[in-house]
Amino acid sequence: MATAADGRLQGARSANTSSFSRARSSPSAVLPSPPNPGVKLGPNGATFVSSGIPDLDRILGGGFLLGSLVMVMEDADAPHHLLLLRNFMSQGVVHRQPVLFASPLRDPRAFLGTLPSPVSSSKEHRQRDTLVDHNQQDQEKGLRIAWQYKKYFGDQQSSQNHNRDVKQEFSNDFDLRKALERQHVQYIESMSIQDIPHLTILRDRCSNFLSGLPRSDGGNLSAGRIAIQSLCAPQCGYAEMDWDLVAFIRFLRSIIRSSNVVAVVTFPTSFLLPAFLKRWQHLADTLLSVRAIPDEDKDMAKLLTGYQDMLGLLHVHKVAQNNSQVPTVLEASTFSLKLQKRRSLVLERLNQAPVEASSGTSYSTSGTCSGPSKGSSLDF
Amino acid sequence: MNPSPPPPRDPDLLEEALGLGRGGSPPWRLAFVEDCVETSGAFVLHHFLKRALSTEGDGTVVFLGLAQPFSHYDRVLRKMGCNLSVQRNKNKLHFIDLLNLEFLGERRLSNEKGENDIEIGFMDLYNRILRSIEAIRSKDYNGGWTTIIIDDLSHLEIAAHGSAKHVLDFLQYCRSLTSEMDCSLVILNHEDIHSSDEALQMLSHLDYISDILIKAETLSTGIAADVHGQMTVIIKDAPGGLIKKLHSFQFKVKENGVEFFYPGSRF
Repeated sequence: MATAADGRLQGARSANTSSFSRARSSPSAVLPSPPNPGVKLGPNGATFVSSGIPDLDRILGGGFLLGSLVMVMEDADAPHHLLLLRNFMSQGVVHRQPVLFASPLRDPRAFLGTLPSPVSSSKEHRQRDTLVDHNQQDQEKGLRIAWQYKKYFGDQQSSQNHNRDVKQEFSNDFDLRKALERQHVQYIESMSIQDIPHLTILRDRCSNFLSGLPRSDGGNLSAGRIAIQSLCAPQCGYAEMDWDLVAFIRFLRSIIRSSNVVAVVTFPTSFLLPAFLKRWQHLADTLLSVRAIPDEDKDMAKLLTGYQDMLGLLHVHKVAQNNSQVPTVLEASTFSLKLQKRRSLVLERLNQAPVEASSGTSYSTSGTCSGPSKGSSLDF
Repeated sequence: MNPSPPPPRDPDLLEEALGLGRGGSPPWRLAFVEDCVETSGAFVLHHFLKRALSTEGDGTVVFLGLAQPFSHYDRVLRKMGCNLSVQRNKNKLHFIDLLNLEFLGERRLSNEKGENDIEIGFMDLYNRILRSIEAIRSKDYNGGWTTIIIDDLSHLEIAAHGSAKHVLDFLQYCRSLTSEMDCSLVILNHEDIHSSDEALQMLSHLDYISDILIKAETLSTGIAADVHGQMTVIIKDAPGGLIKKLHSFQFKVKENGVEFFYPGSRF
């Protein structure tokens, strides 16, 4: 056990100092990932936490980067950003990570009552167990895996198995119809930013939250999450405080940069001046936007397959690039938000529908039209 | 000055455009790098940083890091073959960590007092730059060229609570510093945040005081995996003067450097 722990420590250290990203992708380098299932190591010394939507994690190259600021531009007409926030917080609860939630709602606790709980199916009973007694299982798993390594030392197969194990626990599917039980939610720190004329209080709460986080010891990384809903909504009363708001975002960005926290801030774009909107976008490490789609748009329905099942669109504008200068170029930047089996969120690339009577000229934008879209059309 | 070594692979279009001979001093004082949300121009700063600290030249750098912590630059530059920690210990790099810089503190003070706070803050910052340059030149100084790099100006504006007047004053001071201390200044700025009238004034002011403007933009056809964007280098014959030369090319950012090429010459 001691040797395994040493190896893990050493691995963590080499992950921090290694300057080559190539080395990280080799199985031996991934092998000593921290035993905490909520945190995953990536290239460039990055550590990820899950966004709560497995598809989004995949799109972003692993999840939300710890120490980064994720900003979501809201749609003025639809509350799709709340889906992202809910899953983000629920995933934090499942992983027993400290969560701070700030909202312009008068009673943020009520909103926390709507957090989805993880999907429990017979196939994924491991995920169901994670909620029950998480820590104990972790330790057992850590032990078992360490033991396996000794047995199959140098065997690639085992490390791949291990990877798969970690991946399974890293992100859960959430059932939007089933609320998370109260006793789990009560650990979320929440505050209302309505009628608080100064951002000082929010600043203090954020820095207190950060200083209250357990220190990461050894290879066991502990992460925290900050979720701020509708930062510049009119009910917050931040009119004429444009510079205070950008200063707050800069402050938030700078304090989380050196910590194991990821912050998700959603904001309605229509209340910002264009120049400030750009400033906010520049400050974001990861920039997403959500958009509703009109119900009865015949043209769109003809153009895209599975249009009826779409809840909305998610657009990825920018992906966090800490410790690297290379921009991430995604194959597609717009995805459709859908519900799988009416309960869990999935993201799919847009697929152009075949044009009738001219199959020769039609082309599909991608080959990733996966199972869920077919299944869900039956469900609805 | 030095016999120019054979070009390693492709001629570096950016260096060519900027008129940078190896080891020699650049023929300009103030360069602005402008980028937008879609295309970050930070890689140009990394390029300058690496170039200044490379073993051939004996240049030195004062780096004002407002946007990222030192660890970020350290990692990025290490992949480019330049160890910032070593350079820092060798007194060739002075990194001023300004990630938490804020002139007003937490509360908004009364107007006059608040204004003064910004002034005091900027004066303090200016003195820190000055002290860094003096520290660089105090011991085993071999006459190398000093570059001041600011990453980035928009953060300075936020720290100053949007007081364009103070930011411009500060830049004016820095500009005079370049002729006083014989160094050059490279500043990253975002072009798209200056869209309102008032801010546009700021942008034109910045345009005026610069010798060189480097613009990083996305391709008009959208983002691509092979071409990350296009770059326009505008060289003026004097601050506020006419455009002397205009270079335009495309780039692809890699971990160990940047590839520059003419449109259509690749892929």
